[in-house]
Amino acid sequence: MVILEIKDLTLRFGGLTAVNKVSFGIEEGSIESLIGPNGAGKTSLFNCLTGFYRAQEGDILFEGKSVMKMKPHKITTLGMARTFQNLRLFKNLTVMENVMSGMHCRASAGVAGAILRPPTQRAEEKRIRDVALECMDFVGILDKKHRLAKNLPYGDQRRVEWARALATQPKLLLLDEPAAGLNYDEKMQLVELIRRIRDERKITVFLIEHDMGLVMKVSEKIFVIDYGTKIAEGTAQEVQNNPRVIEAYLGKEEETAV
Amino acid sequence: MKEKQTCLQSASAQTATKRKNPLAQLIDRLYVLFDDKKVRYGVLAVAVVVLIYLPMKSSMYITEVMTTFWFHVVVCLGLNIIVGFAGLLSLGYAAFFAVGAYTTGIMILHYGISFWLTLPVSVLMAIIAGLAIGGPTLKLRSDYLAIVTLGFGEIIRLAARNLEITGRATGLVGIDRPTFFGIAMVRINHFYYAFLVLAIMAIFISYRLQDSRLGRAWKCIREDEDAAEAMGINVVAVRLLAFIIGSVFGALAGSFMAIKMTAISPESFLFTQSVMILLAVVLGGMGKIPGVILGAFAVVIFPEVFRGIGQYRMLIFGVVLLVLMIYRPQGLWPERHT
Ligand SMILES: Nc1ncnc2c1ncn2[C@@H]1O[C@H](COP(=O)(O)OP(=O)(O)OP(=O)(O)O)[C@@H](O)[C@H]1O
Ligand SMILES: [Mg+2]
Repeated sequence: MVILEIKDLTLRFGGLTAVNKVSFGIEEGSIESLIGPNGAGKTSLFNCLTGFYRAQEGDILFEGKSVMKMKPHKITTLGMARTFQNLRLFKNLTVMENVMSGMHCRASAGVAGAILRPPTQRAEEKRIRDVALECMDFVGILDKKHRLAKNLPYGDQRRVEWARALATQPKLLLLDEPAAGLNYDEKMQLVELIRRIRDERKITVFLIEHDMGLVMKVSEKIFVIDYGTKIAEGTAQEVQNNPRVIEAYLGKEEETAV
Repeated sequence: MKEKQTCLQSASAQTATKRKNPLAQLIDRLYVLFDDKKVRYGVLAVAVVVLIYLPMKSSMYITEVMTTFWFHVVVCLGLNIIVGFAGLLSLGYAAFFAVGAYTTGIMILHYGISFWLTLPVSVLMAIIAGLAIGGPTLKLRSDYLAIVTLGFGEIIRLAARNLEITGRATGLVGIDRPTFFGIAMVRINHFYYAFLVLAIMAIFISYRLQDSRLGRAWKCIREDEDAAEAMGINVVAVRLLAFIIGSVFGALAGSFMAIKMTAISPESFLFTQSVMILLAVVLGGMGKIPGVILGAFAVVIFPEVFRGIGQYRMLIFGVVLLVLMIYRPQGLWPERHT
């Protein structure tokens, strides 16, 4: 079954077409990747999916329901969570508070609940804490829960972002370059983690990544875009041997070499 | 319990390794001391007893100043929910006490309704006003709120100046004071206690809100709006809620002000009043409840202490503020360092 379907999606910034008539579907329960040279439009596509950018044309169906006109918080509530390419942590909050924020959309206490603290609100707070603790444990930062996010080393900050996204209890997790800035060991742990997210938590994972080794290792299917247009899709093998993909990447390398 | 101990240990370990600023160390010690519930409630109990006895032992002047202080605690904490918790800038906060004060004043004076029954109406009016201003504005960039609230402050004042029902420029005079379980509220002590109770409620509610799902959402929005949206927080709705809660605090304080003064006029709700309250919040330390109370105290006490030097006191106050903001932009209340 397809969990996310993108149909002829087009996003323009004035004269620049960042995403050009892109169509594809993500299988439920799979791990799939989006690759492409710098500036190809990968992050822009993610931003369309999560409601941060408004695509001009096409449609995005999440579990068969159009999310084209929805606000980001609504989309997250439906079960699509994301991380950001450039870390966007709540820097001056603790790790715990960061991760607890993910549970906001799975809880409902309002003003009266906050002030009067009835048993339902207390139970909800406990549930928020429990989920946050479990998510921190899952990514391996439980021992740092009382630290401020900004004081953590980079690799741990990445983990906080993953834990925070997991705390929203998503069905589909979008990771924008999760391996950026990680060392070799951390990347290996990330591969492991992505697999555990899918296998143990039954969450579909869709990631953008520049590290080809990691992409080829972890993805069951890969989509390639260049200049906003999809140029290939298939397994790691198929994509690696696709002449258009090779051209897109080699062409880029020639440019930088000049 | 064990977790708490390790937390304390690591806290003291960190201060030990820094060992730079003895003052910062002392502050952290105090914070750790106050983490202990027994200590906190003990100090609070003593404070409440002292505050209850205060008007019986002190002069009328001190009682009057303290009553003004409690009033400011309420409105500053109300504005703190908007400015400190939700990170919005409101420049016309006095308009919300005008809403409360006039609602109560009109209902008592023109319709003879009991003061206590005017309170829910005052709350309702604040919610309507908050929705009307915040609703459309907060959908846009949050900076616009500053301008719109500034405008609202003036509109309310000008409307009050020109409408028949608000008594035009003279305002409302001779608002009846209520009775509270048979006791006529006429003496300053009665108002001292009324405002003390309001202030304690405001402090309690502020703490409860801060430490809740909503409070955490406000913190997240203040840190990073987009990331908060991505976490499923409805940024517009949550901000609007902060704006409305803050407005309700203001309106309730205004209602009580109306019966304490027995007369209100458009000039009771000047822009300078809004600025003073904003100053108290910023001066004490936005978002920090004890800081805001300290700010309220400073703003009330300063003009009293320097009454002797007449007009110059506001000038000195301005200079002191300027210096403080340059050297201590985070406000008077110290941060925790661990
Ligand atoms: N908000 C924006 N306004 C204008 N142009 C934008 C905006 N966001 C992205 N772009 C442009 O859209 C194009 C695609 O950018 P995008 O960030 O999606 O690329 P990317 O594939 O994620 O690249 P990278 O691998 O470097 O992260 C770029 O040319 C970029 O300059
Ligand atoms: Mg990108």
